[in-house]
Amino acid sequence: MRLRPVPGLVALVLAGPIALGLVWTGLPALGILPAAGATGPSLAPFAQLLETPGLARSVLLSLGTGLAATALSLALVLVLLAGWLDSAPFTGLRRLLSPLLAVPHAAAALGLALVIAPSGLLIRLAAPFDADLARPPDWLILQDPLGLSLVLGLVLKEVPFLLLMALAGLNQIDAQPRMRLAQSLGYGRVAGFCLAVAPPLYRQMRLPVLAVLAFSTSVVDMALILGPTLPPTLAVQVTRWMGDPDLALRLKGAAGAVLQLGVSLAAIAVCIAGERLAARLWRTLGSRGVRARKDGIVRGTVLVLVAALALLALAGLAALVLWSVAAGWRYPDLLPSRIVATHWLQAAPDLGTAISTTLAAGLAASLVAGVLVVALLQDRQGEEKDAGHDAERADGRASRWLDRLMFLPLLVPQVAFLFGLQVLFLDIGLDGSLPAVMLAHLVFVLPYVFLSLRDPWSALDPRFEQVATSLGASRARVFWRIRLPLMLPALATALALGLAVSVSLYLPTLLIGGGRVVTLTTEAVALASGGNRPLIAVHALMQLLLPCLAFAAAALAPRLLLPRLHGRRPT
Amino acid sequence: MQVIRRRFLQGLAAVSLVAVLATGPTLAAGPDDWAGIKEDAKGQTVYFHAWGGEPRINAYIDWVAGELKEQYGVTLEHVKVDDTANVVARVLAEKTAGKTSGGAVDLVWINGENFAAMKREGLLQAGAWAERLPNWALVDVEGKPTVRRDFGVPTDGLESPWGMAKLVFMHDSARLAEAPASLQALAEFAKANPGRFTYPQPPNFHGSTFLKQALATLIDDPARLQQPVDPARFDADTAKLFAWLDALHPHLWRSGRAFPASAAALRQLLADGEIDIAFSFNPGDASAAIAAGELPDTVRSFVLEGGTIGNTHFVAIPFNSSASAGAKVVANFLLSPEAQARKEDPAVWGDPTVLDVAALPDADRARFAAIDRGAAGLGPEALGPTLPEPHPSWMDALEAAWAKRYGVQ
Repeated sequence: MRLRPVPGLVALVLAGPIALGLVWTGLPALGILPAAGATGPSLAPFAQLLETPGLARSVLLSLGTGLAATALSLALVLVLLAGWLDSAPFTGLRRLLSPLLAVPHAAAALGLALVIAPSGLLIRLAAPFDADLARPPDWLILQDPLGLSLVLGLVLKEVPFLLLMALAGLNQIDAQPRMRLAQSLGYGRVAGFCLAVAPPLYRQMRLPVLAVLAFSTSVVDMALILGPTLPPTLAVQVTRWMGDPDLALRLKGAAGAVLQLGVSLAAIAVCIAGERLAARLWRTLGSRGVRARKDGIVRGTVLVLVAALALLALAGLAALVLWSVAAGWRYPDLLPSRIVATHWLQAAPDLGTAISTTLAAGLAASLVAGVLVVALLQDRQGEEKDAGHDAERADGRASRWLDRLMFLPLLVPQVAFLFGLQVLFLDIGLDGSLPAVMLAHLVFVLPYVFLSLRDPWSALDPRFEQVATSLGASRARVFWRIRLPLMLPALATALALGLAVSVSLYLPTLLIGGGRVVTLTTEAVALASGGNRPLIAVHALMQLLLPCLAFAAAALAPRLLLPRLHGRRPT
Repeated sequence: MQVIRRRFLQGLAAVSLVAVLATGPTLAAGPDDWAGIKEDAKGQTVYFHAWGGEPRINAYIDWVAGELKEQYGVTLEHVKVDDTANVVARVLAEKTAGKTSGGAVDLVWINGENFAAMKREGLLQAGAWAERLPNWALVDVEGKPTVRRDFGVPTDGLESPWGMAKLVFMHDSARLAEAPASLQALAEFAKANPGRFTYPQPPNFHGSTFLKQALATLIDDPARLQQPVDPARFDADTAKLFAWLDALHPHLWRSGRAFPASAAALRQLLADGEIDIAFSFNPGDASAAIAAGELPDTVRSFVLEGGTIGNTHFVAIPFNSSASAGAKVVANFLLSPEAQARKEDPAVWGDPTVLDVAALPDADRARFAAIDRGAAGLGPEALGPTLPEPHPSWMDALEAAWAKRYGVQ
């Protein structure tokens, strides 16, 4: 079943908004913004940008926190897999970590802040044992100048993501025989994994790692909550300039957005250089033949670290739950003096509209993405069947190219193209409307739905469809009666992931929605500026409750819809 | 009956306004077409872009929406923004795209540099509409000159006053019995109690206001602040301010290496016991926060000797508003004694009125007299003298100088 226009359509949905957004960001950066009386072209915006006090520091912060967070997350995930894959503690940790995937970045950061701040849960725990802690200590934990809290927050969110990507990657390579071979040669668990499994595994997860890197170097919401402010990271600076009423700053902001693009590209270049270095190091290590059989300390350390991360995240969620029902919760009390429902009741009317808008945008974006991705994967299947002709081999190259294009929205920093995209949507009269927001969300949702669905789609035993075809079923019938029902669990999970991604989007909703489209995330960030903790907690919790419900529904739906196929097997 | 009476009074006020100001050239259209505006407004939806960070204010706007629906058939949608500058950016983006009608923003809560920017860029609805609203006659133009000069910039009727703000400090009397009531005393307090005072990081509005407050007290010639900044004299004018800050910063919360993001975050630090002194731009804030259980009931308000900075906040209509008539009806309702008195009650919001209460009819005056200001509230007489806001150019210059000096650790 070939669906010719589909790959082109998908490519257009992915690359079109980004390309146009970048152009419309680039024009003001070159001094062309007629509304501000700037007809350019000139390099003045860049000259202004370079005069910003602390610009170099902001750039270094973005680069440093992004690289550190990515390297740490990757190292933790690889060493955890090396030391503990298929063990009982690993299964337990995985269960703890996987729900964290659904927690939006802003909610995770807010929860973490409530735990590690000097008036947070951790210090409250210690307060009874130290008289000096009768009042919160004057320690610089959040907003620390090196961005360590920000790195911690990012690692908290990226470890679960990279772990999922690594587990998917392990399915693509023959991990078990490689491990057995290494162990039979006398290598320790960690050393054997690192030498024999990690290199091919990294090749499988390279694009996700780069996406994490691009995201970490340009994140806005987490950096606003946890990051330093003297100066802040570059992406936060750029967001501020773009929102400044001084129009001259808009040009400087556009120049900053172009610089942000450069910073993220530089981080990717550093990463690629690191890959080369690692490859050389690996060859040397491999030829040395160090067996490293006693790796108990490494294994123990990484297990403790990842478990601590998971506990920290859970404590953050607990803090959010407690604050959402707390009345009169003062330092150093470990628990609120009273539990009340008023915060939830007060927020209920606003929450109702925000939830329906969030759901509308998220469901529409993930459903459209689901249809596009299914059509694309069906198209590929047809392509494989017809393989052999030269033209089809060219198509194979095109589809590999499209696979990489999927990462484009994750690799281009959001601030770099959203300003331009806003002007674009204005031009076509779509701004400030729910459909425009859905369209913007689609750009970000599509890649995740694709990544989540691609492997299950190709993993289906081809004999199911072969048998159906040989019994005379048409391709359409095979699709509707065999492929789709069997794929239902994977499809439902992919759609839930799409919804989770949509729920967490802040900048696209704010800029394209023009403030008229109020989602849980824009509401939570608006409230965060007010510092009312119970209300922030209520919104952060709702923000993470929606994706959780979506995943729960995704787990249940196949059993309910097709109980004979997906119900519990009789024992 | 009450509605009829109020309308009668509004009509009366409008007539007297025409009588008093009929000589003004901008009043050619006059409020006599108000009936037509009300008719146009019926059924319109007004998207009101207003800061959404304070649940008490959001609840007040909800109440306004209910009244408008009932009294005028206007639907008010509160679009909660976290920074009004983003709204300016929004309207600018629409102008960029040539969208001269049907804009996303129908009414915006605004003042100061955001207003100055929108006025300068021609992003506001022209025609001095604000001073032709029927309720404009009730505004205290004489006693509160800032209702027509927003940070020294003439409003020219491009925005309609909504409420008054005044810098008020608060302290927890359980931990700090005697509050330092001057800049000098504040610096001494910080030195003796390291880490117990801070201010929001400029360019946050409240942080910049704190800088302006200090400058207004420390500058040799305060009259200079009413003029645009003279770059040649800026360093000399601010030398004392920065000397004072240089001495203060090492003793601030986190040794001045981090600052809270907003006045609300500052208040949260006071509630957590991290600091002993906070401040707000709303004299009813402490009482309102105590009533909501956010601050201990031992918190008290105070002002600095020699006066504190005060200003007015407004609502304005963008040039491309898609519900201009409805927006005017909203602005006019916000000026009604009913809406203004409710807003001044700390149990609701605690935001002082822009009206001349003494000149109101008895029934409306009684609404204001009945307000319970709480133990932490300061009545109009206890607020002390008001220092005028410096020209907006001072804000930009101060923020830039601050960022250069303290913005990079």
